[in-house]
Amino acid sequence: MLGIVRRRIARGGVNASIVEQSLQKIRNQSLIYASRSYSSASKEMTVRDALNSALDEEMSADPKVFVMGEEVGEYQGAYKITKGLLDKYGPERVVDTPITEAGFAGIGVGAAYHGLRPVVEFMTFNFSMQAIDHIINSAAKSNYMSAGQISVPIVFRGPNGAAAGVGAQHSQCYAAWFGACPGLKVLAPYSSEDARGLLKAAIRDPDPVVFLENELLYGESFPVSAEVLDSSFCLPIGKAKIEREGKDVTITAFSKMVGYALKAAEILAKEGISAEVINLRSIRPLDRSTINASVRKTNRLVTVEEGFPQHGVGAEICASVVEESFEYLDAPVERIAGADVPMPYAANLERMAVPQIEDIVRAAKRACYRSVPLAATA
Amino acid sequence: MALTHRSTNLLKPLSAAVPFTSSLRRLFSTDDATAITVETSVPFTGHKCDPPPRTIDTTPKELMTFFRDMATMRRMEIAADSLYKAKLIRGFCHLYDGQEAVAVGMEAAITKKDCIITAYRDHCIFLGRGGTLVEAFTELMGRRDGCSRGKGGSMHFYKKESGFYGGHGIVGAQVPLGIGLAFAQKYSKEEHVAFALYGDGAANQGQLFEALNMAALWDLPAILVCENNHYGMGTAEWRAAKSPAYYKRGDYVPGLKVDGMDAFAVKQACKFAKEHALKNGPIILEMDTYRYHGHSMSDPGSTYRTRDEISGVRQERDPLERIRKLILSHDIATEKELKDIEKEIRKEVDEAIAQAKESPMPDPSELFTNVYVKGFGVQSFGADRKEVRAILP
Repeated sequence: MLGIVRRRIARGGVNASIVEQSLQKIRNQSLIYASRSYSSASKEMTVRDALNSALDEEMSADPKVFVMGEEVGEYQGAYKITKGLLDKYGPERVVDTPITEAGFAGIGVGAAYHGLRPVVEFMTFNFSMQAIDHIINSAAKSNYMSAGQISVPIVFRGPNGAAAGVGAQHSQCYAAWFGACPGLKVLAPYSSEDARGLLKAAIRDPDPVVFLENELLYGESFPVSAEVLDSSFCLPIGKAKIEREGKDVTITAFSKMVGYALKAAEILAKEGISAEVINLRSIRPLDRSTINASVRKTNRLVTVEEGFPQHGVGAEICASVVEESFEYLDAPVERIAGADVPMPYAANLERMAVPQIEDIVRAAKRACYRSVPLAATA
Repeated sequence: MALTHRSTNLLKPLSAAVPFTSSLRRLFSTDDATAITVETSVPFTGHKCDPPPRTIDTTPKELMTFFRDMATMRRMEIAADSLYKAKLIRGFCHLYDGQEAVAVGMEAAITKKDCIITAYRDHCIFLGRGGTLVEAFTELMGRRDGCSRGKGGSMHFYKKESGFYGGHGIVGAQVPLGIGLAFAQKYSKEEHVAFALYGDGAANQGQLFEALNMAALWDLPAILVCENNHYGMGTAEWRAAKSPAYYKRGDYVPGLKVDGMDAFAVKQACKFAKEHALKNGPIILEMDTYRYHGHSMSDPGSTYRTRDEISGVRQERDPLERIRKLILSHDIATEKELKDIEKEIRKEVDEAIAQAKESPMPDPSELFTNVYVKGFGVQSFGADRKEVRAILP
C-alpha cells in the first residue's frame, strides 16, 4: 500500500494533507504488520501448503528424511498435508502404515536410532497416546540414558487439540503432557510462516520433536515473504514471537489461540488497553526470557490455551513469571484454558468448552482493573 | 587326531618354562584349521519353513572361543550377583547366566554391521558385541567410565559402533524398535539384518504383532528372537500364553524352534535366519533356554519353580558344560587346561571389578548433559530451581 501512495505522490497528482493522513493511517497499520514481521509481500499461503512445501523441501534436501503414517501416501494425507509426496518420492519414502500406532511409532524410533530421519504422522495426537511409550521412553530418553550414543532425530507431527464437533476422544490438547518431558522438543506453529519455519527446523533437529499442528488452521491463509518461501528458511526452536506489541497487558498463546488473542487485542485496543500478544511457537523449550521481559514491561499477564487447565501450559508460564518477575506483577496472573471437562458434542456446549475471544478480553480487563468486583461465587 | 596328541605331548615339557597362554596359542596354531563336525542336541522344528540341518562344522579355535566367551559371561554375571548383594550395584540387576549360548552362538553367525537390540537382560549381549568387562562393571556401579557414563545402569548398556542398540526397560518396546532398525537397513540398501530379542513374557505384547505385521508387509530383514526361559518374571509360560509355541506365533511369519542351551544350534539357526531374512523378510527364532537366577536380584527364583528343576537343567543342559564336553571329547584341551582358563577368567573379572571400583562417580554437571544433542543454550533446573540451574549445551 505504501508503495502505491508513493507512486501517486511522485506523479504529483495528490493533495499533500490527504497524503499525510493516508501515510499516518498506513504507518499505524504497518506498525501492526511490522510487529508481525511480514514484509509487504502480496503472496499468501495456507498452513496446509506451508507444511506440504516444508516436507517436500526437506525430503528433497536430505534422502534420509521419510514420512510414515496412516493414509500419508495413496490417500494423499488424511488432511492432505502430504499431498503429492508419494508421486514425487515413491513408496519407500512415503510409507502408508496399518492402523497400528504403537508399532509404527516404534519402527520410526528404531529407524531414527539407525540414522534415518523419520517424520511420523499421527492422524491426530489423540492417537499418539497409543504410542506414547515410544515417544517418551524410546525417543525422548535415549540420548540421556546412552550418554549421547543413541540420538533420535525423529519428528512426530499431526493435528492437536479441538477440531469442530469431533467429541471427547478426538479433541484433547497434548501440549502440556509432552511439554513436561525432558529430552523432547515440542513446537506449536500458528501462521504459515511458523508452519514452514518450525517444521523445517524440526526435521533438521537432531533430537525428537513433537510438532503440534491444528486442524482448523490448515485451511487458513497468511501472508508469506520471499524469505519465508526460500527453501533454506528456518525458524529457531525455543524462541517465541511477539505478534503484536503492547504495553498494558501480556497475552501468551499458541496455535489457534494466537489468532483469538490477536482479535482480542483489537477489541481491547478500542477500549484503550494495549495488549502485547506473544506467540509461544515453542512449548519446550519455553521462551521464558521473552515472556518475562514482556511481563516486566506490561506488569500483567493472561495465558491462553485450548487444553485442560490443570497442570497446563499456562500453569507453567504463571509459575515461571511468579518465580522470575514477581515484583513486576501488578495483578494476579489470569488463565484462560479449555473447560475442565471432556469435550462435549452439542455445539453450544462445545463453544463453552473452548476459550472464546470474549473470554480473553474479559480476563485481560480483569488483569488491568483490579477494582472490578469479581463475580459472586455460589 | 594324531596332531592333537603330539601337541599335548609338546605341552608338558614347556608348561613349566612358558606362561600358560602362549602355550595354548602354540596348541591352536597347528589345529585351528581342522574341521570338526558336531550335531545339535535336538533337530530344529520349523514353522512354515524347512529347518536347517543339525550337523554343523566347527574348528577347535571356535570351540575354545565359545568356551572362553561363555565362561567370561558366566563369571561376570556371578560377580554381579555378589556386587549387588554388597550394595555396589543398585536398582535393577537382571542376570543372564544359563542363557550364554544364545549370546555367543548369535555372535558367531553374524557381523558387527548386523544389529542387535534386546531388553534389560543385556550384560552378556553387550560383551558379545565387543563391550569390555570394565565398561560393564563400571556402568553397573554407576561410575563415570561406564559404557553409558553411569547414566544408564544395568538395563541401558549400548554399543552403537558395534551394532548394539541397547538395553531397554519397557517390556516388548524393543521389538518395534528392532524392526525399525531393519527398516533403516533396508532403506539404506545395506545387506545386513537386525535381531530383536525378547522373552516369553514379552511375546504376548500387542506392539510386537503390530510391528511384525509391518515387517512382513514390507519384507524387512528382521529376525525376532524369543529367548524363552519359560518364566516371565514369576509367571510360567503356560499361565501367560494360550499358545506357548512362540515360534509359531508369527502365524504367516516362518519360525524355528532352537535348543537355546546349545551354542551350535543357536549359531546354525541365526545363520539360517540371516539368509532367510535378507531374501524373504522376517522370521522368528524361539530359543529354548533357561536362567539360573530369578528374574532379577530381588527375585530368589525359587518360589515359582523347584530347586530340582533348576539343578536338573544345570546338570543336563548347561551350555558351558556342553562345550567343555565337546572340547574334551575331541582332545582339544585337557580338563586342567580348561580349569586354568576359568581361573584366568576369574582373575580378569576380579581385575575388571577392581578397576571399575577406582572409577569416580560422574561429575554433578553430568546431571544436565545429553538431555538433547542440541540444547540451544536452554535453561534446565535441579530440584530447587533457584539453587541449581544449568545451561544445556
